[in-house]
This record gives sequence, C-alpha cells and structure tokens, in this order.
Amino acid sequence: MAAVHDHDIAHAHDHHPTGLMRWLTSTNHKDIGTMYLWFSFIMFLTGGVMALTIRAELFQPGLQIVNPEFFNQLTTMHGLVMIFGAIMPAFVGFANWQVPMMIGAPDMAFARMNNWSFWLLPPAALLLLGSFFAPGGAPAGGWTIYPPLSVQMGMGMDMAIFAIHILGASSIMGSINIITTILNMRAPGMTLMKMPMFVWTWLITAYLLVLVMPVLAGAVTMLLTDRNFGTNFFNAAGGGDPVMFQHIFWFFGHPEVYIMILPAFGIVSEIIPTFSRKPLFGYSSMVYATASIAILSCIVWAHHMFTAGMPVTGQLFFMYATMLIAVPTGVKVFNWTATMWRGSMSFETPMLFAIGFIFLFTLGGFSGVVCAIVPIDIQVQDTYYVIAHFHYVLVSGALFAIFGGAYYWLPKWTGHMYDETLGKWHFWLSMFFFNLAFFVQHFLGLAGMPRRIPDYALQFADFNMISTIGAFGFGLSQLLFLYVVLKCIRGGAKSPAKSWEGATSLEWTLPSPPPYHSFETPPVIR
Amino acid sequence: MSQQGGGHYYVPAPSTWPITGSLALLFMGFGAALSVNRIPVGYGVLATGFAILIYMLFGWFGTVARESESGKFNKQVDKSFRWGMSWFIFTEVMFFGAFFGALYYMRMHSVPDLADVDNKILWPDFTADWPTAGPGITEKFMPMGPWGLPALNTLILLTSGVTVTWAHWALKLNKRGQLKLGLFLTFALGFLFVGLQAYEYGHAYSEMNLKLTTGAYGASFFMLTGFHGFHVTVGSIMLFVIWCRVLKGHFTPENHFGFEGVAWYWHFVDVVWLGLFIFVYWLI
Repeated sequence: MAAVHDHDIAHAHDHHPTGLMRWLTSTNHKDIGTMYLWFSFIMFLTGGVMALTIRAELFQPGLQIVNPEFFNQLTTMHGLVMIFGAIMPAFVGFANWQVPMMIGAPDMAFARMNNWSFWLLPPAALLLLGSFFAPGGAPAGGWTIYPPLSVQMGMGMDMAIFAIHILGASSIMGSINIITTILNMRAPGMTLMKMPMFVWTWLITAYLLVLVMPVLAGAVTMLLTDRNFGTNFFNAAGGGDPVMFQHIFWFFGHPEVYIMILPAFGIVSEIIPTFSRKPLFGYSSMVYATASIAILSCIVWAHHMFTAGMPVTGQLFFMYATMLIAVPTGVKVFNWTATMWRGSMSFETPMLFAIGFIFLFTLGGFSGVVCAIVPIDIQVQDTYYVIAHFHYVLVSGALFAIFGGAYYWLPKWTGHMYDETLGKWHFWLSMFFFNLAFFVQHFLGLAGMPRRIPDYALQFADFNMISTIGAFGFGLSQLLFLYVVLKCIRGGAKSPAKSWEGATSLEWTLPSPPPYHSFETPPVIR
Repeated sequence: MSQQGGGHYYVPAPSTWPITGSLALLFMGFGAALSVNRIPVGYGVLATGFAILIYMLFGWFGTVARESESGKFNKQVDKSFRWGMSWFIFTEVMFFGAFFGALYYMRMHSVPDLADVDNKILWPDFTADWPTAGPGITEKFMPMGPWGLPALNTLILLTSGVTVTWAHWALKLNKRGQLKLGLFLTFALGFLFVGLQAYEYGHAYSEMNLKLTTGAYGASFFMLTGFHGFHVTVGSIMLFVIWCRVLKGHFTPENHFGFEGVAWYWHFVDVVWLGLFIFVYWLI
C-alpha cells in the first residue's frame, strides 16, 4: 500500500479490509502468521484425535473400537496431518511473525505470495482429510506411502497425492519467501552473523525445503502415474523397483525431519539466553552446527531402510554418516547448557519448555543414535522403539519448542501477559503425561511390539495401558493451552515493549502489540 | 510511494488473487483425483479449476506488470524478484533431479539387479540391456534414437537460446525492432519444438510401440521428456506474454526483470534438454 508509507508509524495500521476479507486477502506478515498458527493448532487437534483413537484401541489387547483397516488409516493420517498440517505450518507461522521483526523489515519480501502460501493449506487439508470419505477410505499404508501398498489403494491415495502436491507448492513458496526476506530485507547493519539464531535456523531450513520438497513432488508424481497411467517406476516386472520409492522418499524424508527440528533449535536458542540473562554461548558455532546438520541430513537417508536390503558398505556409510550428526547436535546441546551456566536464571513457562526440550530432545537424540546402529536397527525396525524415538524428537522436541515459542512471544503478539500459573501447569502436565505416554514405548519396542498393528500379544498389555493413559492426559492438557492463549488474547496484564527483562533481539524494540507494518523505517543496528 | 533513503519497501495492498488461486487449486485437486479414477464429474471440476487458475494468473501477473510499469518497484524489490526467481528455478532443477535419479537408479541398479543370478529362478531369460521394458513385459518396442528429430530439436532449442540473448542485447541497447524479432523467433522456435515433440510421441506410439507403459524405459522416457515438454510449453507462453508486453511498450533498458526472469527460465529448460538429449536419447 503505497500511501501508507508516507504516514507516520502511528497511523500506519489503517487502510486494510476488516472482517473475513482481512484474513482472506491479507498481505500482512502478522495476520498471515496468526492464520498459520491457528491452522496448525486445528490440525494438531485433528491429528490428536486420531492419535487418541489409536491409543484407545491399544488400551487393551484385542479389537475394541475400530476395525484394522480404519486403524491403518488413522496411523497414516495421524502422521501426515501432524507433519504437514501441524508442525511445519506452526514453524512457518513463527517465521512469518518473527523474521521480519527480528531483521528489521516492514514485512515479508513477497507479501501476496505469502498469503497464497497460507491459503493453499486449507484446500490441501480438505483433500487430505476428505480422503476418509472416498471409496476405500484414506491412505492406509503409513505416512511414508510406500509402494506397492500405496499403488494398490483406492481413490483416497490420489487425493493424498494431490494434497501433498499442494502442500509442497505452499512450502516451496513459503521457503523462497523466507530466503528472500532474510537475504534481501535485513536492516542496514544487520549482517548475517548478527542475525538472531531463530532467523539463521529458518534460513537454513528454507534451503532444505527448496532442496527436498520438489523431490517429494517427483516421488508422489511417479506414484500417481504408476497408479493411474501404467508406468513401472516401482514395479519390478517393468524394470523398476519399489525400493527406489524409498530412496527418493527418504531423500526428502530425512531432511524433512530436520526441517521440523531446526526452527525448534532456533526458538530454544532465543529463549535460553533471555531467561539466563546471558548472550547465547558460542553463537558462530551454533550457526556452523546448524549448517552442518542440514548438510549431513542430506546424506543419511538410507538409515530408514536398513532392512530393505542394501550392500553392507551402504549400511556402514549410512550408519557412520548418521552418527556424525550427533556431533553438531552435541555442540548445540552443550552451547545451550553453557549459556545457562552461571546465568541469572528464572523459570517462566517459555524457559520451562526450553529446558524440557533440551532434556527430552537429547533423550530422543540418544535413541536416534541407537537406531542408527545397523545391527540394533534391524531388531527395532518397525517397532514401538522407533515410535518412541521420533515422538521424543517431534513432540518433546519440535512441539515443546513451539509451545515455548508461543509463550515467549505471546506477550509481544497480543500485548498481554499470559497467565503464568496456568502456563506452568500446562508445562508440567505436558511433561508428565508425555513421558507417561512415550517412555514406556521404548520398553514395548525392545520387547518386540510392532508398530501400525491394532492388536498385540498379552505381555504388552500393562505398558500399553500406561501409554494410553499418558496420551489422553497429554491430549487433554493441550486444551489448557488453548484456554491460556484465548485468555491472553482477550486480556491480561499489559505487556511492555520488552516483555522479558533479558530479551535483546529487535522485535522487543517495537511496542506490544507491534504496529501493522513492523518497521516502516529501518532500525539502527549496533 | 516515497523512496527517501532507499529504506522504504513496497508492501502490496490486500489482494484477492491468492485466494482465487487457492480456490482454483481446490477445484483442481478434487477434479484431478476424480478424473484419474475415471469419475466423469471430475473432468468438469478439473476444467473449472483450471479456468479459475488461468483467470488468476492473468489477473495477478497483470497487476504485477502494472505495478512495475507505474514505477512502484525500487532496486530492493528488483533484487527480491531475482532471488525469488533463482530459487524457484533451483526447485525446478530438483524436481527434474527426482526423475533423472529414477532413470539412473533403474539403469544402473534395478535392471542389472533383476538380471543377476539371484533373480534367475524368476526370470531366467532376462538380460540387463538398456533400453528395456523390464523382465515381465515381453511386448517388442523400438527405442528412440538421438539422430533424427531429437538432434533437430536440440538445434532448435540451442538456437532459441541465441535468439533470446540477442533480444536481451537489443533491449539493453534500446533497439526495439530487434527485440521484437528476437523474442518472436524465440517463442516460435519454442512452439516448433513442442510441435515436433508431439509428432515424435505420435510416431513412438503408432510406429515404434514405445508407450508410457513400456516398462522402465518407456516410463523414464515419457515422464522426463513429457515434463520437459510441459516446461517448454509454459516457457513459450511466458515468452509470448513478454513479447506482448514489449509490443505494448513495456520494459526499459535499465528495468526489465520480467524479461530476464523468463530468459533465465528459458535457459533452464534448454539445459534440462541437453541432459535429456545425452542421458535419455543418446546413451542408450
């Protein structure tokens, strides 16, 4: 809006439609960020209901609640919805809100395309969830949609494929937008090595996204033509190979897990220094560690396929390359710990989630190293051990960081302080029930309980019962989060511009809530 | 738009084009899912979505072109466009990478594997010769050699790369006549290429029994050349739009990123073709 720029900052938040049109047509990074976050929360609850149905079925041995076909659809859709619908959009929401404010820009580089990136998500979600109502039901071959199962399924699979195409387009546009914003719109003086860690982690994440999302699009396109147009990419009789899908898929899939954790590293790297009242320890090593993780993540994909059949040389390469990732990740964990060392620490909710993140994500990292060891992986492949591992990195990793980030920036976004007591309750309930739900799954996996099966042998009954109780407790605790957020939006103690005493980055120089266009004139960077 | 200090940035007003595009993709997604399952209502839904998409593209790009011509974009916006286009082309490279990767995997890995001693009990007569339709598809077919139409198409695309560069020089030197001619030749060559590819496909299906269903070779051949042909078509349409803008007097020697972005894209499809010519047509 050309005219707006001639006004004072104080008058800048006018000239935009209100009501529904404000959201449908928005070119404002904060509005779009808000929509991303709400969309992600709705998807989180949707995927959560699927998870709870799965856990309810597994409460006792035998078949109680759902039939096995529907159970398979639930596990598949839970994965797809949580990854593409909840975790990824949540981080893009954070990027939308925070990146322009943290680098001193007025908005994202491509404000209209930013709107499209978001508004592609609801059609994709409709397609994906609509597949439940297609003949044959939703995809049921696991979120990794391996052929030949995914080639044999009904129309729901095609709907999921097109949903993935649209989600991929959204991610690609979003990441190009973020890269361009960070490279081209930093305030004068904001050199790359002065950028907040959250911005750095998102820059690297966005590079991973433009690298691998098109490859996923290629993989599902081959699946589509194998299903409907008679190609033989994944059919041995035609000279293809179902394992080829696994290679192409995991070339996307492994960087994808870092796409879901690097922004979490960024959020934690903002929270820990603030509540330790010390600068981040080893800033440049954090940047290099993030970049190293991203690069390594592209050459480890076949560790998801140790049992698919591969030369021993290949197994050794992918095993060692995978374990190498523990080095830069260790650098990060030690840097966070060193940041807290002798800091003047306080334990508000964001800090609790950040510390919970470090503790539990590290546990998930350890079980990851265990899974990386070929002889062990051959034993635990497709067991609950793997389920426990990736829920430790994705729930107590990515999701805890999202909660921490939400509490950290809610005062900035809404202008109100959230309810600290309820926030702490939310943390401790989540912490307790999360571990109740998932820690026991390590034991189940080591004892040999397979994943994606609705029934199990009697000896697994006790741990499954505990896990289900934990899952329901965790799920219900998230309603408390919803309540805290709504309460914070509607009112509460006024937040000053700098909501946290120890906060240093640029967004805290803006009033809370910030003006419609963040920085009309570039701020001065020391 | 004031531009003091160069610090101001053009933030576009709220726009209905993105939501229109989302509506288009909603229709296209459902329409395509129904269509590939041969459910008749799907074709109409797909066509509706496509029509909305075309409408959206006209409207959105038209808006951007008008904004550019009215001088709303400063140097910083220009640089954003350059970053954006570069990374978009990078994602296209990765998309083709998936299909090239599939080709290499099948040629170097799955086909030799199917012919090795472990699989002799299943397919005793299968040998790992490329091109192949695989051990289970026994229909005879002829492979597409490089030195007929494909070589001519290579010449056509390389020539179009020269003509678009010529047009760019003409634009920079403000020689509008040469610019118009160079651009016209470029998209004409592009459409000629697509026409010849269509002819080649017809020939493959009717004379050579080479089809999309012809195993590993047919799948990689048609998917790689098909997606490339689709990109040439889109690129030619983009060049045509730029040509129309040139006829309307758009672009100046200093400010013409619309032209450059399309030229980058055109060089990208050119380079992909060279990869196709070598790995799909030549080395068989």
